[in-house]
Amino acid sequence: MDVGQLQRQFTDYTASLFREGFLDDQFTQLQKLQDENNPDFVFEVVSLFFDDSEKLVNNMAKALEQQTVEFKQVDAHVHQFKGSSSSVGAHRVKNVCVTFRNFCEQQNIEGCKRCLQQLRHEYSLLKSKLETLFRLEQQIIAAGGSIPMVE
Amino acid sequence: MDAASSSTANDMMVMDYGDEPHVLAVDDNLIDRKLIEKLLKNFSCRVTTAENGLRALEYLGLGDDQQTTHKASVSKVNLIITDYCMPGMTGYELLKKVKQSSILKEVPVVIMSSENIPTRINKCLEEGAQMFMLKPLKQSDVKKLRCYLKHRS
Repeated sequence: MDVGQLQRQFTDYTASLFREGFLDDQFTQLQKLQDENNPDFVFEVVSLFFDDSEKLVNNMAKALEQQTVEFKQVDAHVHQFKGSSSSVGAHRVKNVCVTFRNFCEQQNIEGCKRCLQQLRHEYSLLKSKLETLFRLEQQIIAAGGSIPMVE
Repeated sequence: MDAASSSTANDMMVMDYGDEPHVLAVDDNLIDRKLIEKLLKNFSCRVTTAENGLRALEYLGLGDDQQTTHKASVSKVNLIITDYCMPGMTGYELLKKVKQSSILKEVPVVIMSSENIPTRINKCLEEGAQMFMLKPLKQSDVKKLRCYLKHRS
């Protein structure tokens, strides 16, 4: 595949991620911050996000498995996750967090458990999609091309 | 990572960066710290990050054990930007401590929050916060801070 084709694939794939709500404008903001001084900025932030997410989701799971669930504790983890997902533009993940927080407030354990499952699902989906995107980027660079600019 | 122009509040080495404005960014969220740091560095700021209010106060020389040995006569930073919701000490509590300090009370403090709660915003502004910003932060938000990022004299 030539550079032009790869670049088009990249642009189309990115557009689909926005269209399907996986990403929102905040992700574009991250891309705008990437420059020659920090050529891997988006990758670094996203990697940090996924590492952090693993921990938070595990903490939520543990908290929900307790005999007596401490909803404030669960909510604290969800609040963190909502914050990070919002900051990286992980739109669908963030929306699940919003619903999750409502269930925490209502102390609705079933609702919380459902949200946890949804969170795991959404964040794995996003992870694999972003991995695809980063792979495309690497292919473009390896082929001697540059990453198409946003907007 | 450009180690020359960023540091954490554990880094007690003071390096001279000349005219670059120096911002202390306080946030318990790792991703947000990374984001605010890049946003500020893109505006040529030197950035120090702290993960909570206590570390921030220690860095500023207002830690509990530093009160009596405080030697500085001028603030290390030109601006403090802090998250509101943090475990332990909130951004509001940090703001109050800064405003109570004779050395630091002139330092502009900006509060960030993911929640748009008018009573929260008013409380912070009344306590002396320069601005309240909604997260997630973008370049256009940091542009608004430029008037506070005066060069060090």
